Amino acid sequence: MDFAFSSDQELLRAAARDYLADRMSNDRMVALAESEAGTDPADWKAIAGLGWLDPELGLLEHAVLAEETGYALLPAPWFSTVALTWPLLDDELRGAVAAGERSATLAWAESGGPTTIADAAARSTVKAAGGALTGTKLTVPDLTSVTDVVVVATDGLYAVDVTANPGVVVPRSTIDKTRRLGELHLDGTPARKLDASLDALADVRRRAVALAACEATGVAQRALDIVAGYTKERQQFGRVIGTYQGVSHRVANTFVATQLTRSIAYWAAWAVSADDAQADLSVAAAKATAGENSVFACEQAIQCHGGIGFTYEHVLHRYYKRAQWINGFEGPGRKHRAAIAEELLGPAA
Amino acid sequence: MDFRDTPEEAAFRADLRAWLEGALGKDWADQAPTVGRWNEAESRAWSKKLYDAGYVGITWPKEYGGGGHPHEFQGIFLEESARMSAPDHIGGIGLGMAGPTIIAWGTDEQKKRYLAPLLSGEEVWCQGFSEPGSGSDMGAAKTRAVLDGDEWVVNGQKVWSSWAHIADWCILVVRTDPEAEKHRGLSYLLVDMHSPGVEVRPLRQITGDPEFNEIFFTDVRVPRESILGQPGDGWNVAMTTLLHERGTLGFALTAGLEKAVNRLVQLAKEPGPDGTRPADDPVVRDQIAQFWIDLQGLRFTNYRALTSLQKTGVPGPEGSMAKLHWSETNQRLTSFAQNLLGLTAQLDGDGAWWDGFWTYMQLRSRGNTIEAGTSEILRNIIAERVVGLPKSR
Ligand SMILES: Cc1cc2nc3c(=O)[nH]c(=O)nc-3n(C[C@H](O)[C@H](O)[C@H](O)COP(=O)(O)OP(=O)(O)OC[C@H]3O[C@@H](n4cnc5c(N)ncnc54)[C@H](O)[C@@H]3O)c2cc1C
Repeated sequence: MDFAFSSDQELLRAAARDYLADRMSNDRMVALAESEAGTDPADWKAIAGLGWLDPELGLLEHAVLAEETGYALLPAPWFSTVALTWPLLDDELRGAVAAGERSATLAWAESGGPTTIADAAARSTVKAAGGALTGTKLTVPDLTSVTDVVVVATDGLYAVDVTANPGVVVPRSTIDKTRRLGELHLDGTPARKLDASLDALADVRRRAVALAACEATGVAQRALDIVAGYTKERQQFGRVIGTYQGVSHRVANTFVATQLTRSIAYWAAWAVSADDAQADLSVAAAKATAGENSVFACEQAIQCHGGIGFTYEHVLHRYYKRAQWINGFEGPGRKHRAAIAEELLGPAA
Repeated sequence: MDFRDTPEEAAFRADLRAWLEGALGKDWADQAPTVGRWNEAESRAWSKKLYDAGYVGITWPKEYGGGGHPHEFQGIFLEESARMSAPDHIGGIGLGMAGPTIIAWGTDEQKKRYLAPLLSGEEVWCQGFSEPGSGSDMGAAKTRAVLDGDEWVVNGQKVWSSWAHIADWCILVVRTDPEAEKHRGLSYLLVDMHSPGVEVRPLRQITGDPEFNEIFFTDVRVPRESILGQPGDGWNVAMTTLLHERGTLGFALTAGLEKAVNRLVQLAKEPGPDGTRPADDPVVRDQIAQFWIDLQGLRFTNYRALTSLQKTGVPGPEGSMAKLHWSETNQRLTSFAQNLLGLTAQLDGDGAWWDGFWTYMQLRSRGNTIEAGTSEILRNIIAERVVGLPKSR
């Protein structure tokens, strides 16, 4: 048994953390979040140059990067490309992604239809006819910042080049401005059928949830670091507020929640990477834990900041909204606990 | 990163599983649990059996009767024991606290003298840290030890000392230098509980069982060399004990939680007092899944902490987190189970559900957030020593 990342993976983590601390300060992240485009294509090129889009990377390397990009709240479609589409891309797209020329996301949700990747294959209604797609997809992550969209249709998976068909993209105002959602309005839009079948979505979902849990770990860790920093400095009644147990015990609880999230996220990442017998259970546990715990961590951090923590100017709400994004992704914790209960208790009468 | 067993670990696990099934019977874990099925004589016999099979002190040095295995093997032992609901070794305090402290601080003679009988269950240890006036603030201990020739003479009182009524030895924190600054005046003695002047008075707990005790020391004479570290080292030696109490023992406690989750699953699948199965209620299902998730979180947190344990031999202060989360989860879980039984849970004699198992477990769990450092103290430690906030005092 070996529960640690390899030394190469730790080197990758250190390099990513250094790079992001240098190039994606909170100030720059906020500036991008508030900009029209929401992202800077130069960052995408840089990420490719760092090797973060290399086809050789395995899920554990992705896990390390997901945690670090969550910690920095990197406003680039790295998660959408790597966590949502990676196994679906054909060689052509993968090569272009690795070169930093293209980026991708997945469109699965529909109104009154599928809301999760889990039920996308069975419930999608987008139709293909003569190499063109028709139908509408909702809540597509990073839709305005990617070049290509993998669309779940009734008979398979299709790639739509949105740079060639910009009219299909309808941006939607999103609280997490570093990972915006958009609508895809397809109306006889040219599309290329991918080799990957609808069955591949099960694998995508497991990877995506494991990586979202790693990202949530980074989000929770950042909230913890921010609140620790503030409560060490801020004084009230002539004392540093971190000496009040009403404050410090919230910080301790945040630490506990962060560690538990990390442990389960790493477990899920490993279990999916190894196709372990408990992979599905670990993914359910990761989804339930990561969403709720990262939200909890941010809420504790906001409370311990007082009024400043409630302002739009302070960075905490950005992390909070990402935590909420993760919490909503692939359905609430309760759904995943129901899946675990099915395994532990068998079906309910 | 590979969570799977190595071939050596897999072989160890397979042997252990076969051994446990042979020693306890294959269907041991499926039987409804009872309170008090296990008595002291049986517990001692079981401990000896475990020891003879090589399953006690798995990570301890071979020369002192241990197995010399890496810490993962201890993890496997705990997992398999939990899976089988195997009973515990009688010497929890010796294995989890006294032994590791002796390994860290003891002289070679001390290790030779104390470790093997501790492992075999022949000699049971208790912990004499808390006093009526100093619990959380252990550094304020008042029990005195004064050197008289080649012996320490001990006078004072300890309290809440678990298993002192069956113990042969005590790890005792005493004040040897009343002039020194609070923490510097302490020393750490190894005291024979059969010495003249030691008096143990059992105290009943809220479960009704007398598990912990008062210990009175009146002119108790302890050989000068029965000390761990030097006079004045008592605080540091005690910190080693507490890190193990929360870290090493925390690992074992997680295994205990696994047993409890398994028992809860078993309970939910059976028709309850009203004839319906709790497992058919969606709220119950949601809760049980959450307990299972909490258990996995603890398990993998413990395993990740092994990396640091492997390097230093002493668990880090993160061990406080495992103890904290375990204790609070165990309280929620046992209260939840007790609640499933409604008023029936009041019965603890004839007609009691599973011999009153859940009621006992629930009541006992209230001690979990007090013993081995209260939840408040553990949160202080996490905030101050792990996260780095300023001291609250
Ligand atoms: C089941 C059980 C078994 C035990 N076994 C042993 C044993 O074998 N050996 C042994 O030596 N002791 C044992 N103890 C004693 C245990 O270690 C103490 O009870 C514990 O350390 C608390 O000390 P106290 O009882 O004096 O309470 P106090 O320290 O007086 O605490 C009372 C309350 O005040 C809070 N408090 C105290 N200080 C602070 C602070 N700085 N910040 C915030 N809150 C604070 C505590 O959290 C608690 O809620 C056992 C206790 C129990 C319940």
